[in-house]
Amino acid sequence: MGVNALRREGPEKLCGRARYIDDHNFPGCLHGVTLRSSIPHGRIQHISFDPRFPWEECVIATARDVPGGNHVALIEEDQPLLAEGRVRHVMEPILLVAHRFRPRAYEALRHIHVEYEELPPVLTVGDALRAETVLHPPDNVFKSFLIEKGDVTAGLAGADLVVAGEYRVPHQEQAYIENNGMAAYVEEDGTVVVLGSLQCPYYVHKALKHIFDLPDDKVRVVQTTTGGGFGGKEEYPSMIAGHAALLALKARRPVKMIYDRGEDMAATTKRHPAWIKHRTGVMRDGTLVAQDIEVVMDGGAYVTLSPVVLSRGTLHAGGPYACPNVRIRSRVVATTTPPNGAFRGFGAPQVLFAAELQMEKVAEKLGLDPVVLRRRNVFREGSVTATGQVLEESVGASTALERCARKSGYVRRRAAHVRWNRARRPTWRGIGLALCHHGAGFTGSGEAYLNSKAAVSLSRGGEVWVLAASTEIGQGTGTMLAQIVADTLRIPCEWVEVETPDTGKVPNSGPTVASRTCMIVGGLLERAARQLREEVIKRCGSFPRTRAGLRRAGRLLCGKGPPRRFEAEYQNPPEIRWDEAAYRGDAYGVYSYGAVAVDLEVDRLTFEVRVREVTAVSDIGKAINPRLAEGQIMGGTAQALGYALLENVVYENGFMTNSQLTNYIIPTALDTPPLKVEIVEKPYSRGPSGAKGVGELPMDVPAPAVAAAIRQATGHWIDVLPILPERILEAHLHGPVPRQR
Amino acid sequence: MVRFRVNGKGRSFAGPPFTRLIDVLREDFGLTGTKEGCGEGECGACTVLLDGRPTNSCLIPVAQVAGHRVETVESLGRRGRLSPLQQSFLTEGGAQCGICTPGMLMTAWSWIRAGGGADEAAIRNLLAGNLCRCTGYQHIVNAVVQAVKARRRSGRSR
Repeated sequence: MGVNALRREGPEKLCGRARYIDDHNFPGCLHGVTLRSSIPHGRIQHISFDPRFPWEECVIATARDVPGGNHVALIEEDQPLLAEGRVRHVMEPILLVAHRFRPRAYEALRHIHVEYEELPPVLTVGDALRAETVLHPPDNVFKSFLIEKGDVTAGLAGADLVVAGEYRVPHQEQAYIENNGMAAYVEEDGTVVVLGSLQCPYYVHKALKHIFDLPDDKVRVVQTTTGGGFGGKEEYPSMIAGHAALLALKARRPVKMIYDRGEDMAATTKRHPAWIKHRTGVMRDGTLVAQDIEVVMDGGAYVTLSPVVLSRGTLHAGGPYACPNVRIRSRVVATTTPPNGAFRGFGAPQVLFAAELQMEKVAEKLGLDPVVLRRRNVFREGSVTATGQVLEESVGASTALERCARKSGYVRRRAAHVRWNRARRPTWRGIGLALCHHGAGFTGSGEAYLNSKAAVSLSRGGEVWVLAASTEIGQGTGTMLAQIVADTLRIPCEWVEVETPDTGKVPNSGPTVASRTCMIVGGLLERAARQLREEVIKRCGSFPRTRAGLRRAGRLLCGKGPPRRFEAEYQNPPEIRWDEAAYRGDAYGVYSYGAVAVDLEVDRLTFEVRVREVTAVSDIGKAINPRLAEGQIMGGTAQALGYALLENVVYENGFMTNSQLTNYIIPTALDTPPLKVEIVEKPYSRGPSGAKGVGELPMDVPAPAVAAAIRQATGHWIDVLPILPERILEAHLHGPVPRQR
Repeated sequence: MVRFRVNGKGRSFAGPPFTRLIDVLREDFGLTGTKEGCGEGECGACTVLLDGRPTNSCLIPVAQVAGHRVETVESLGRRGRLSPLQQSFLTEGGAQCGICTPGMLMTAWSWIRAGGGADEAAIRNLLAGNLCRCTGYQHIVNAVVQAVKARRRSGRSR
């Protein structure tokens, strides 16, 4: 533990031998493509097929071919697998075509004509809340939450100063480099088998059972090497899997569906845009006394994961600060735009952008250094959160804050930039810092509901296997889980094999999301490995230290039978109490903490922003594999810099007009500065070796740190992401004259 | 019939001359190490070396490589016998999801083979045509820097 074991699937990836879904060959397979809605809202009147096209070459599937329920089952069953009668967003799937040759399948789509009766679109959150067109009765609100602590009205009234702020954050595309893709075939006994690029095999499994009305054992989902996910392969793969399998069932042949970039970007889920309002009451010394926060998110056309995204957004909206009087009201609404969904951070980056930029404004109004203001209010052991959770252990927020300030040279640079900005230079410079907490795993009740399982097995040949549904999507899951098992058994990591996430072989360990893999599934595997170890010691006297010894132990435990399997199941720790109805109690078992400082400069002529350096300090409990953890922190930080400065999803009439990597800009090696990372280890008693979550944390607050740095550099508060040069120019033309701070 | 060399071997392709090089490599020659990320020359996942220079194989009609040399990731090391550059990516953490990796490696290899230096800024500039969404690039840059240094230590100036 704490060792940089090499990425186990690294060599095959480096040699081009790792097989992603499009690298798999299925003899005789057809290629499936999707006919999609071209309008945001309407009724399908008629679908006509050009008689000049040789339709006998194609297999066509519509909603009528769905044997079970025509839904992609997730939280609610509202999203059709194929639209029936009504379309509710541009790019909604209507019909499927499969052909032996992919280009011909696309050509077929051009020979199908759909006539619509157009209905009024609902394209913005404002439209949704006016509810002139009702998409989700009665008021277009999919879900709302209310957190109340103390008395906000009294708190604001008694404050020395009340600061108001309003913030807006946009869609963001996950932009994994491997597009979505799935392949499906139906076995002779009717088992539906699906392989593909995905994060959550058992989500796909659940969806397929519903679509095909099949029992557990007649659906098998296998993950292939996956070229990035970031949440973007959490829910949409169920849709593609359903499509591919439906075509395969009808065609009686394997069907492959591989999206191209344009389709992937325009059709699949994005980060929820959000509108956030703050009113913050503080005393002159900087003590927070009241936070009144309102959050509205755009869920898109169907519920998908929106309630859970909103939940995390609500629970993180106040930032990592203790405050006696808090009110957080949040809603996610329906619009006729493609459904928004999971993206690394899952609601937290949106609300933390607002919370952290708000802290900057409060500090400025008080004439306090922003770090001093944070230091005064930051969560410490014993602090009470907005939901009334007492933070008993593993609270590294202030350590992260102090180390980040020191490591980045925050105070020194802030002063130096003031001098720089006074001189006649071609650029303005600024440094900004931001702090966050991020709940690891599902919420208090969420993990109990998931009831995850993971197992370790020993075969008669002495092989130790990790059996978990957690997917390797680039973060290093396989390597990290093998390390946990190897360390528990006290054997070298190379002796441990990791089974492919295949619902026919591994138990349901829950989805690979929510920064839960290491802490929750890793914890289960630690327990399972301990059971194995105890059993071997009981039978053999001691645990073997050689491979020959393991083989002997394997023979002893298994006889001539199959591998002996030791399974652990999630048990809710008794001290974690969460009241889902009142939204009170222990929202998450534990939180990770992160501080990030961004040093940047702005060209005075073009307003282009160049990030000079980023320093990220993260308390993740324990780094099982520091190199992999660093990779998570760096990658998340870069993705957040894109969110802050570059990534701008453009919708026109509900259609994404820049669904290409040519005009949806993600950071290149030149846009990403040198990244300095430091890991803080405040162990969590229930995590494996003390580990908490790391995957999402780095995405959370680089954006507000950027906005704070832009404020120092230009004198402008830019409360809207992304901070494009045009936005700074606009502020410059219409806003106050820059002050040199 | 288009004849050219792939990874040192003579190959020929008899299909439509405007077939994209990436499709010929992947579908006709089974060299699936070369990846497609965008199909429009933005992401660099499909980078191969054409007469030694990094080229987006999704933008090249196969007819255009007639008589030329193409190198793909399969020309580097093998599992269990990684090339020094691949080994450096492995130890430095330069590959995460792995989909951009073959393209990154080919771009970096062209630089190293041509005697490119270990200057970090120059390497960032070199890699600017290869998008990665996982790493934040730092570990990739570190890997290339280490590979350049290792090559210099081993005394191979070219």
